[in-house]
Amino acid sequence: MEPLIHIENLYKSFGGLHVLNGFSLDLYDGENLVIVGRSGSGKSVLLKCIVRLLEPDSGALEVLGQPVPQLSQYEMDHLRTEVGFLFQGSALYDSMTVRENLEFPLRRHPEKMKGHDVGTLITSTLESVGLAHTVDMMPEELSGGMQRRIALARTLILRPRIILYDEPTSGLDPITAKEIIELMLRIQEEYHTAALIITHDMDCARVIANRMIILIDGKNYAEGAYAELSMSPDPRVRAFFK
Amino acid sequence: MPATYYQRSGLRRYFQETGEVWLFARRFFKEALHRPFEGKELLRQCFIVGNQSLFLVGMTGLIMGLVLTLQTRPTMEDFGAEAYMPAMVGVSIIREIGPVVIALICAGKIGSSIGAELGSMKVTEQIAAMEVSGTNPFKYLVVTRILATTLMVPLLVIFGDAIALFGSFLVEHMKGDVSFRLFFNKVFRQLGFGDLIPATAKTFFFGFAIGLIGCFKGYTSKKGTAGVGRAANTAVVVASMLLFVLDFIAVLVADIFFDL
Ligand SMILES: Nc1ncnc2c1ncn2[C@@H]1O[C@H](COP(=O)(O)OP(=O)(O)OP(=O)(O)O)[C@@H](O)[C@H]1O
Ligand SMILES: [Mg+2]
Repeated sequence: MEPLIHIENLYKSFGGLHVLNGFSLDLYDGENLVIVGRSGSGKSVLLKCIVRLLEPDSGALEVLGQPVPQLSQYEMDHLRTEVGFLFQGSALYDSMTVRENLEFPLRRHPEKMKGHDVGTLITSTLESVGLAHTVDMMPEELSGGMQRRIALARTLILRPRIILYDEPTSGLDPITAKEIIELMLRIQEEYHTAALIITHDMDCARVIANRMIILIDGKNYAEGAYAELSMSPDPRVRAFFK
Repeated sequence: MPATYYQRSGLRRYFQETGEVWLFARRFFKEALHRPFEGKELLRQCFIVGNQSLFLVGMTGLIMGLVLTLQTRPTMEDFGAEAYMPAMVGVSIIREIGPVVIALICAGKIGSSIGAELGSMKVTEQIAAMEVSGTNPFKYLVVTRILATTLMVPLLVIFGDAIALFGSFLVEHMKGDVSFRLFFNKVFRQLGFGDLIPATAKTFFFGFAIGLIGCFKGYTSKKGTAGVGRAANTAVVVASMLLFVLDFIAVLVADIFFDL
């Protein structure tokens, strides 16, 4: 099976700081791949390379079979509609209502509406994250957990095939975090998306991961299922599971 | 090491940033001319820019007119030339003081708010979020704002000039018992196209500069809340300086073409 995302030997540095040092991964359809790593290990940098918010220094990087660094702006914008991105801080447009937040990408990609009208799509997407009643609220009126859900809805509205989650549970209390994880699982079933999830929340990883990669020193340090890795004798791997 | 030495050098930073602003401006023209256009957002930005500064510009204009007239009147009286007051005030407000003072007010009000708004959108990754949803934040945020300031600052200047002339009239009316008609007759008899056209033309450049610098500073602001503050602050400082430079150039150019 062709991987949805194929990364091989990816390098990225900022000045003298080598963040990614030959990182590789393959994400397959229907899979939840979790990447864990310490704060500052370059997890967000990796995701940003995938959607070309950052340019990698070298290495192969293909999304849905297309070489990301070589695409034209037009091709890239089209590819980006197939890849959802949930930001670490939700990144809702704070001068717009929830409705306008969801409308924003949709109106600029009318081909994604597939004959539905904007209103129906917004309502149904908000319903699937359980927040249909917030449609006319401003982001600042919502709690952190609700903002995260709206951000997810804004991602889902373009019906992406892959969703990249940057620490979906960071900054949330354990109960809200659990709700977000359940939501992510439900979304995956409802919308048939593959997910690349970055986290240092091991509870999240345990529930959601089909497969895990441990990122240390900018490389894949270890790889496997949660159960396998949690049994690992390697102290650097074990440190994540205490 | 030479590398660090140059990195610390303010002069190098200055040239580097000038180059970046230049590229930013070029990108603006490229994106402004290509579809799709964000018409609705442009109108909204025009409204915001105008609405935000209308009161401030009005107040400044009024006081400018009052003060200018109060201060120059005694001197003109000494020369027995108080009949030339409207003409003198009209020319100085329309040609120079009005555009520059009001553009400076706009740089402070509009430039800083654009810098802060885009800066905070940048650091909270809202701009990145637009980008990854396959939309063009430059078009939506930058092009609309620069166009809005380019169109609205001239209107604000005209509005401010009018209020300033009215302020001047109030003083003339009280001190010299000049009627409304007489005052404005005298003002407009003095003003020719050689005064009006360059004075209005340069305000478009002022508006463009305010929008350009505000957007540039905000859009390229660095991480952190300090970055947002710096974006707002430097937007005002740089835009204000640029206004004086542009004004100087405008006066030189007008001098050539209109032979003052
Ligand atoms: N645009 C940038 N310019 C310079 N350095 C950067 C940039 N982005 C990230 N870095 C650096 O790269 C390193 C990795 O950053 P990254 O944001 O990927 O960490 P992370 O693994 O996501 O951490 P966290 O769990 O705290 O979010 C950090 O040391 C950071 O300072
Ligand atoms: Mg991160």
